[in-house]
Parts: sequence; C-alpha cells; structure tokens
Amino acid sequence: MNGADLFSQQASNRRRSAWLTAGFVVFFAWIGLGGDLVRFLMAPGGGFPVPWLGMLTATVAGGIAWYAWRRGPERVLGATGAYELLHPGTPSEVQLANVVEEMAIASGTPRPRIWIVPEDDPNAFATGRDPAGASVAVTRGLLDLLDRDELQGVVAHEMAHIRNLDVRLMTLLAAMVGALALMSDTLRQLLRGGGRLRRGGGGGGGGGGRGGKGSPLAFVVLALWLLSLLVAPLVGRVLALAVSRKREYLADATAAQFTRNPLALARALTKLEERAEPTRTISRGAAHLCIVDPGSRRLSDREGRFGDLFASHPPLRVRVARLKAMGYT
Amino acid sequence: MGLMLFLIVVVAVLFWGVVIYNALIALRNQVANAWKQIDVQLKRRHDLIPNLVNTVKGAMDFERGTLEAVIAARSRAMTATTVPETAAAEGMLTQALGRLFALAEAYPQLTATTNIGSLQEELASTENKIAFARQLYNDVATQYNIRQAQFPANLVAGLAKAVPAELWEIEDPGERATPVVDLSSPPRQ
Repeated sequence: MNGADLFSQQASNRRRSAWLTAGFVVFFAWIGLGGDLVRFLMAPGGGFPVPWLGMLTATVAGGIAWYAWRRGPERVLGATGAYELLHPGTPSEVQLANVVEEMAIASGTPRPRIWIVPEDDPNAFATGRDPAGASVAVTRGLLDLLDRDELQGVVAHEMAHIRNLDVRLMTLLAAMVGALALMSDTLRQLLRGGGRLRRGGGGGGGGGGRGGKGSPLAFVVLALWLLSLLVAPLVGRVLALAVSRKREYLADATAAQFTRNPLALARALTKLEERAEPTRTISRGAAHLCIVDPGSRRLSDREGRFGDLFASHPPLRVRVARLKAMGYT
Repeated sequence: MGLMLFLIVVVAVLFWGVVIYNALIALRNQVANAWKQIDVQLKRRHDLIPNLVNTVKGAMDFERGTLEAVIAARSRAMTATTVPETAAAEGMLTQALGRLFALAEAYPQLTATTNIGSLQEELASTENKIAFARQLYNDVATQYNIRQAQFPANLVAGLAKAVPAELWEIEDPGERATPVVDLSSPPRQ
C-alpha cells in the first residue's frame, strides 16, 4: 500500500470535483448571459441592461450543484429502486454483509451502507460524498451468480472507488449530467415559447436605437447559444464516460491489492460479461458508476475511437487480461 | 543579506522538521488503529467460539479432544499480551478451528439439524476479517517503519519517539512450511 499515492488520488479527485462544479456553474451562467446578450442585441432599450437571466441561471446551477452534493447519493440509489440491507436474513445476504465488512477492514475505511437492487441482471455500484457516508449497492442477480470469492472481488472494486474518492466525482457527474439534460430540454421548450413572446413584446415597446433584428452579431451569438444548448448534454455524457474509463483500471488494481486475489475479480468480470442483457433499473445517467456497463455490453467490447468515446468502461477483455497478469506475477 | 538568507534556511528547516514530525505521528496513530482493528476481530472470534462449541458438543461427543483443543487455544489467545505471543496463540486457534470444521463435515446430522452452516460462515468471515486486518496492520506498520528509517526523516524520528512497529508474523512453523503434495500414492479415503 502506498500512502502517498492514496493521498494524491484523493486530492486529485477533490480537485476534479471542484473544477467540475465550477465548470457546471460557469456553463449555466454562459447560457443565461447569452440569453441576456441576445435580448439586448435584439431589442436594445438603451442603458446598461441588468443580466437577469445570467444571474438566474447561475443561481439555479449553484442550487443544483448544492443539491447534487447534499442529496446526489440518495437520488442515485432512489432511482434504481434499491433498498437498504439492514437486517441480513438469508445466507446470501449475510454473506454480502460479511464480505462488505471484510473489504472495509482491508481498505481501512468505515463500513459503507449496503443496498440491494431488486433486479436479475448482475451489476454493482458505489456512491457517496466521502468514505464515511458511502454506499455500496449490488443487484440480486449478482448475489445469485457469483461465489464468495468473486463477490469479494466485486465489492473490493467498489470499495476502491470509495477509498479513492471516485464516488464523489462520479456521483456529482451523474447528478449534473442529469440536470444538464433536463435543463437543455426545458430551455429549448422555453426558447420556442419565448420567441413568440418576444416578438409580441418588441412591437409593444416600440423602442428606437439600433435596428434590432437585423444585427448579424445577434445571429452569431444566438447560433452559438443554441449550439451550446444542444451539445451540452452530449459533452456532459462524454465527460462522465471519459472520467469513468480512467478510474476503472485503477479500481481493479486497488481491489486486487485489498483481496490479494485478482483472479477472483477476473472470473467475476468474465461471468458478468457473459450475461449480456441490460440492467434495466439503472439509467444511462448513472452508467459510469457501475462495475460493468449496464447497457447492452456491445459497445464496451468494441475498440477504436467511437467505442472509446461512448463506452462507460474499458473493454472487459482488457480488464480481465490485466487482472490475470497481476495474478500470475 | 547573509543573515536574511540564514534565517530563511533556518525557518525552512524548522518547517520541514515539523511536517515530517507530524507525518510520523499520524502514521504511528494509524498503526495503533490498525492494531485495534485486529483486536476487535479477534475478540469477535473469541465470542463466537462458546456458541460453536455448544452447537457441536452433543453431536460430536467422541471428538472431545478436538473440542478441548479449541477451548484451550481460545483461553490461551485471550490471555496473550505481546504481538508475537498473540500471533502464535491465534495461529493455534485458527488451526484448531480448521480441524473442528473438517471433522464436522463427517457428521451429516450435524449439518442438517443445527445452524452450523451459519456459524461456519460467521467464523469463516471472522477469519477473513482477521486476515485483512492483519494485512492492513502489516501494510501500515511497514509504511511507518520505512518512513522513520529513510534518510531525512530518521533525523526527526528520535524526536517523535518513533520505534519500528512489530509486524504480525506467522509463528507456527507448520503454517509457514510449504505443504508437501505427494501425487504418487492414491488419496486416503
């Protein structure tokens, strides 16, 4: 175990989380300010305009970020329909509770809360702000499919995400990508309605000044604005996936360090790969949190630029090969 | 100018010393914490054993020697104080428990009628927890030992009263020895 490495991992994830939040707020401010600018250029009423829209959207973004920070983990868990395992009853539940506790000891972090997703497809994810309040969730299908050692490998992988503080960054990303998609849709709707409204309002005001609609600058700004509205959800998604792919290899390696049994995790991943049906209860927005891509796993198998860009996880074959290399040295 | 430079160097060295001192203290507390983790799990195992003994006592009456070995190993482990002593006693307990479970396999009525299955999972998990706690302890202790012995830090180590932490080693020679696998003779039934 390399302590300095752990601290640098945690520090860089803290930094990334902060940058992500800042970028999110700045983007929303730009959306709002762009709206203000278009309004100003199209119907200048004279004097310095107050950027109401910019202030509004920046405040909203701040609110969303705060909400994602406070309630993100609960939202992610709630969206999957998971229930918390408080009193393990069946042998497989007892085993899960024991395995999680073992891995918490191996990683030297507090025991996370345990959740079960009532879903037949095997998958697992972790979420939380920091190791002290983190959660690990597994599907019922995972409990049925894997033996004790394999389950231990999967849980170790999730504990690695928790200890390296990947969960903070990924949960924030999940919440923000979701919010971005929602806002983009809403704003597009508003834009359609607002266009009609503005035409009516402009006629009533009857202000002089520059010749309103003809200004080419207004069109450039409007085009840029519309473009950023349209691509924002896509950029958010690609960003989330890029972050996730990088973290998976590290989490696999850290899991091997916890269990000293990389081959069990390799076996588990192979078993998960063979089950090709998608995990329905886990939405695309939270895909990057899971141990294997909850969508149909075709993309994660493909190599090349397209597969790389839109896959939430590196190819399973490569992950398994790397784990096996650890096992045989 | 020269005095200024001298003062800056002195302040920098002092600052560096404080940083290393604090890092050593933090590591020492981590080592102590990891040790406590092992303690917690060992106590858990000690608590589980009377339950196990009561469960199997009736059914395995003629395996009295094995049961007594478990009970004796438990009481020895509970009274051990130093690191090597505890490690040795707990190693014996692990072996005694292993023998007991191996023997329990030969009693179908035991596995069918009692909750030995769940007890076995509990004890297996506790064994794992002990192993992982030990692994964490050894990792943290090694980190602490390396840190205090490496060059610039070893100058401050005395000031921080840092002494190398003892690693948890397997004391029992039987556990350390490589098992001899003889494939020439048929397996015993």
